[in-house]
Amino acid sequence: MFKGKKVLCIGERDGVPGSAIAECIKTAGGEPVLQLTQCFV
Amino acid sequence: MSFPVIKGVSYMLTHTPDLVRYGSKPTREFLTDPLLQKRINENLRSYVEAKNYPPHQVYIGNMKPEDLWQIEQPWFENLHEDASRFGPWGEIMPQDEFYGYLKIVDEFDLVFLTASFTEQVRSSLEKHRLFTADDNKRLGSGVEIGLLEEKISAGALPLYDRGSLIGCIQDGHDEDENLKAHILLENLSCKATGVLAMRNAFHLLQIDPASIDYAMNSGEEGVGDRYQRGAGNLAKAMAEMSGCINSSGSDIKAFCCGPVHTMVLAGSLVQSGIFENVVVIGGGCLAKLGMKMRGHLSNSMPILEDILAAFVVVIGPDDGINPQIRLDVIGKHDVGAGSSQQAIYESLVKKPLDKIGLTIPDIDKYSTELHNPEITEPAGSGNVPKNNYRMIGGLAVMQGQLPREELDQFEKIHGMPGYSPTQGHIPSALPYLGQACKSIMEGEISRTMFVGKGSLFLAKMTNMSDGISFIIEKNSKAKVIG
Amino acid sequence: MDLEDQGIIKKTVEEQDSISAVMVVLGSPDDKSAEMYAETVKNGDPTYAGPLAGVSLGLPVYHILEDEVKEHIDPEVYQQQVGMMEMVLDKESITRVVKKIREG
Repeated sequence: MFKGKKVLCIGERDGVPGSAIAECIKTAGGEPVLQLTQCFV
Repeated sequence: MSFPVIKGVSYMLTHTPDLVRYGSKPTREFLTDPLLQKRINENLRSYVEAKNYPPHQVYIGNMKPEDLWQIEQPWFENLHEDASRFGPWGEIMPQDEFYGYLKIVDEFDLVFLTASFTEQVRSSLEKHRLFTADDNKRLGSGVEIGLLEEKISAGALPLYDRGSLIGCIQDGHDEDENLKAHILLENLSCKATGVLAMRNAFHLLQIDPASIDYAMNSGEEGVGDRYQRGAGNLAKAMAEMSGCINSSGSDIKAFCCGPVHTMVLAGSLVQSGIFENVVVIGGGCLAKLGMKMRGHLSNSMPILEDILAAFVVVIGPDDGINPQIRLDVIGKHDVGAGSSQQAIYESLVKKPLDKIGLTIPDIDKYSTELHNPEITEPAGSGNVPKNNYRMIGGLAVMQGQLPREELDQFEKIHGMPGYSPTQGHIPSALPYLGQACKSIMEGEISRTMFVGKGSLFLAKMTNMSDGISFIIEKNSKAKVIG
Repeated sequence: MDLEDQGIIKKTVEEQDSISAVMVVLGSPDDKSAEMYAETVKNGDPTYAGPLAGVSLGLPVYHILEDEVKEHIDPEVYQQQVGMMEMVLDKESITRVVKKIREG
């Protein structure tokens, strides 16, 4: 499902951070092209 | 064992609806949405509505945080009738008096108020317990409206009270972007609220400001000029205006967890004997006003980010009475710890507790980031304290310290509802310090952990976040009173 | 969603050779914020305030908590990075709302 895909990892500070999503996606063969961690506070 | 103690706290709110327009978000969005100012104006709160708002009453100590669970939401529709402006730890100041203090703490003739508004403010402030003869002199006599209009047409930023023009703030330098009126308004607002919180603390705790050795400002305002952006030491400027003649100071910068870092450092300065009495200050954050207004407007709610908040903590050597800061069990999120939530909470909560043989449920209350959910939820940013309690409870389950079926109750037992204005560093754990000390002194609880987190990645220097924690507990030499 | 971040997302998508290879994975902590993000990257900014207002990127959007995402990820890494949040967050309501928008 993620092989060869360009993945936008849009995380949140109080949820799952962008960097944690990216670490996961890499193991599934996806390429994180953007890591964002939203912080509204 | 001997540890530094919390001698007392002060909590200060100022209601500044006419400054919402100068929050970072509204300022940017006015450029593309000409109707926005009108929509904002229609959704601003009156002073009485802000004063009677239950979370604000908790902040100044007239209610316990847990009392909010008994009040039906939305809290802005279930106001506390006839709530007091003053509380055991501070007050909720109206906007006109705040403008008076903006002028009073201004050393460089940046702020101008009209003569008639100045007299209105003077007559209110003359009744205020913190207003001094020197303040009266600094307030001055104001200027004529003609001069004000001249300054505004030359680029000064207009100041309004309930929609009417009452003053302005001018640039501090013709070319330096860091000394533009808007930035100086941010910095002076932080200074004014910090000074009010300091004076409140000294008044309420009956502490001679001359006994303070060192002041530490933990806020996020970038005070400086073009050659030293964010250079700081707003702390010393605040100390000057608060009568701390024997104090120097410095600013500690660490995003939202600045206050918790600063508590640890301040405690260490006292423990080492370098300084005897240290104050930790968090001043108000103008940039955050109206930050989540889009969510509030789309839900036809009042704009709840209309408050500048501040706090002060006074730390001194062990007196055998007040709650101690356990400097031997500081949790910190190390560079190599990893960025997942699990890694963060293991560093901040589990590791320090392991060190002294305690489990997660052994801490009576956790104070995390106490953002008021009524402000954050309509903007899609969730209930921050609730999530934090779920994470701490979740970690306890994973560690086998809490049965899985008790996870849902963890927040109710070891936590509290969020009630702090969303002012960046202000909600970061310390709003509960006053109540924690009171509950410890009265024997209701024996220890509290304060957990701060910061979004370092916002500054584009690292992808990391940060966090730090400390524990306060009943003084090992104290007898329970009350 | 933050307006600057909408701009960053739009730019990143435009920079890719083929939009059909682009996907979004969210880490939002509740159903409301998951809904807002999923809506923004699929159909455009629902508040009509940002660069994605009226811009329907149509990106396939998932949440990291969805089982169909999880099954492709190394279990050890998933446990380390997401494990605790899987227990803590309301997985069912978050994944339901994201799935609905993706398939809607």
